[in-house]
Amino acid sequence: MPASMSDGISEDEIRQPTKELTVGEDVAIEMVAVHKWFGEFHVLKDINLTVNTGERIVICGPSGSGKSTLIRCINRLEEHQKGKIVVDGIELTNDLKNVELVRSEVGIVFQSFNLFPHLTVLENCSLAPIWVRRMRKTEAEEIAMKYLERVKIPEQAAKYPGQLSGGQQQRVAIARSLCMNPRIMLFDEPTSALDPEMIKEVLDVMVELAESGMTMLVVTHEMGFATAVANRVIFMDFGEIIEQNEPHAFFNNPQHDRTKLFLSQILHH
Amino acid sequence: MSEGNTAAQSYAPGTHPDLPAPIRTTGPVAWVRMNLFSSPLNVALTLVAIGLLWWVMPPLFEWIVLDSVWTAESRKECWDKMEVPEGGACWAFIKDRLRLFVYGFYPQASRWRVNLSFVLLAMAVVPVLYDKMPGRKFGLWYAVAFPFIAGWLLVGGLGLTPVDTDQFGGILLTLIIGVTGISFSLPIGILLALGRRSKMPVMRILCVMFIEFIRGVPLIALLFIASSMLNFFLPPGTVFDLLIRVLIMVTLFAAAYIAEVVRGGLQGIPIGQFEAADSLGLTYVKAQMLIILPQALKISIPGIVNTFIGLYKDTTLVLIIGMLDPLGIGRASLADAVWAGLSREVYLFVALFFFVCCFSMSRYSLYLERKLHTGH
Repeated sequence: MPASMSDGISEDEIRQPTKELTVGEDVAIEMVAVHKWFGEFHVLKDINLTVNTGERIVICGPSGSGKSTLIRCINRLEEHQKGKIVVDGIELTNDLKNVELVRSEVGIVFQSFNLFPHLTVLENCSLAPIWVRRMRKTEAEEIAMKYLERVKIPEQAAKYPGQLSGGQQQRVAIARSLCMNPRIMLFDEPTSALDPEMIKEVLDVMVELAESGMTMLVVTHEMGFATAVANRVIFMDFGEIIEQNEPHAFFNNPQHDRTKLFLSQILHH
Repeated sequence: MSEGNTAAQSYAPGTHPDLPAPIRTTGPVAWVRMNLFSSPLNVALTLVAIGLLWWVMPPLFEWIVLDSVWTAESRKECWDKMEVPEGGACWAFIKDRLRLFVYGFYPQASRWRVNLSFVLLAMAVVPVLYDKMPGRKFGLWYAVAFPFIAGWLLVGGLGLTPVDTDQFGGILLTLIIGVTGISFSLPIGILLALGRRSKMPVMRILCVMFIEFIRGVPLIALLFIASSMLNFFLPPGTVFDLLIRVLIMVTLFAAAYIAEVVRGGLQGIPIGQFEAADSLGLTYVKAQMLIILPQALKISIPGIVNTFIGLYKDTTLVLIIGMLDPLGIGRASLADAVWAGLSREVYLFVALFFFVCCFSMSRYSLYLERKLHTGH
């Protein structure tokens, strides 16, 4: 096990899950022979990945390796050109209805938060339940407050995102996704834009989310988080899944040379 | 020279209190010093400006206010009343023609309908401009219905005596063209802007062609097209009121400009906002209405209001195709032998009318920008 993490915060600072994390039997996401190109650039190459409900998967790899693109294909922020992606039993095709359905079941948290700056925190959270789930406003706000309490910032509900710190904004972003009661949560480098002192508060919320049994795909370099909650770590490079394993084996016994090189770079420099 | 004549006091780390700012940087005296007399050049400019004002303002004030005449039957009487003929403004002329300036040639007996429309307009504008108005929802519905109510009141029919639109004139005409242009060009311009960014090529090309054509042709040319050529394109026998044609042209003209202003605003919205809206499952229309446009329009407020002000002032161009807006009324009034020669008063009055309207729009836009600022 790596002793010191130079990237992000050290392992022992991260909140450890207080209960056994389990993986379900049902398939949540299935990607079969998925390819994607950006113009001429082949960014995803023959991706095959099956995610069961309740799995917590950490995806890592050098920048430009396609890890963000991969998770963004799952809610079709990026369109794949070949292969098949089935999310929660719904295949992602050009059918907009399917896409909107999948998006309302899959939450995503971005590196740059992407909160709506013209709306208050409460409005950010209650917007989708009202307009997508057609919930009454009072009910949506109740749910929003529930999740804001869960991410420990109910007192900021009336403020605008621009008045919050980065860590607070990211927690609001998580709450906003949770308000849609998603089955799957995607995290695209959620702590990369944060100051070190704020990374922990966001990771703690994510650990708690894992305890609740959420299916999570997390693109991150926070290896402490991976060892704490992930049941699988995937290493990507040049658009391919190079290697995947449970965290302990992944860190202590990487099989592939590229994995070893990557781990040596992020763990001691 | 430093403010610290008192010996610099030292504090233990972490206990330094907030001290008041040095007197030099706050208060009116400091403001004057920093803004008017901060450097030799600044001192010179300040003195030149004071000199200019001293030179221009007193005679202007005398002409407009002190030596002006407010009651007279003719120019001659006006000038006779003054110590120095032409030494003051003859506002009696404007007073005499005020009704003409307001109503144009709208029939005397029906002018209550114009007055009522003005009152109804004011009632429609309030809920649009002030979101804290109680019962604003109904106010907005009323504002949507207003153009139809006003159209009926002014044109007549359905129980009211019909009035030909060529009898409309003056401030009434300016308000009709201005308000119609402003309220219809915004939604059309927004749709054009969205169309221009559409992923559908046909839609995009149509919008680009429309915007570029309208922007590439002077408004006067469009107005001439409206007054003369439009009949060629319409089936024979169609009678299409000139005012309606002008309204359409002015609206489309402003819409093309609004479209470009809004497109600029849309380009200022980070891609992440689109992605966040999409990822929550919002449809295109909802994402635009709830997330993208509120932000894009906020950025575009200065440009939008700028376009509106331009449109409002451009309404005077209709005098070229024979419609009598306040400027046209003024010019026509000057042809009257009893008053001829008082062009300064007329143009000053018309200028003042437009200035009050446009300056109000400008101030409102600043208020709106401040109100919508949410600290990002």
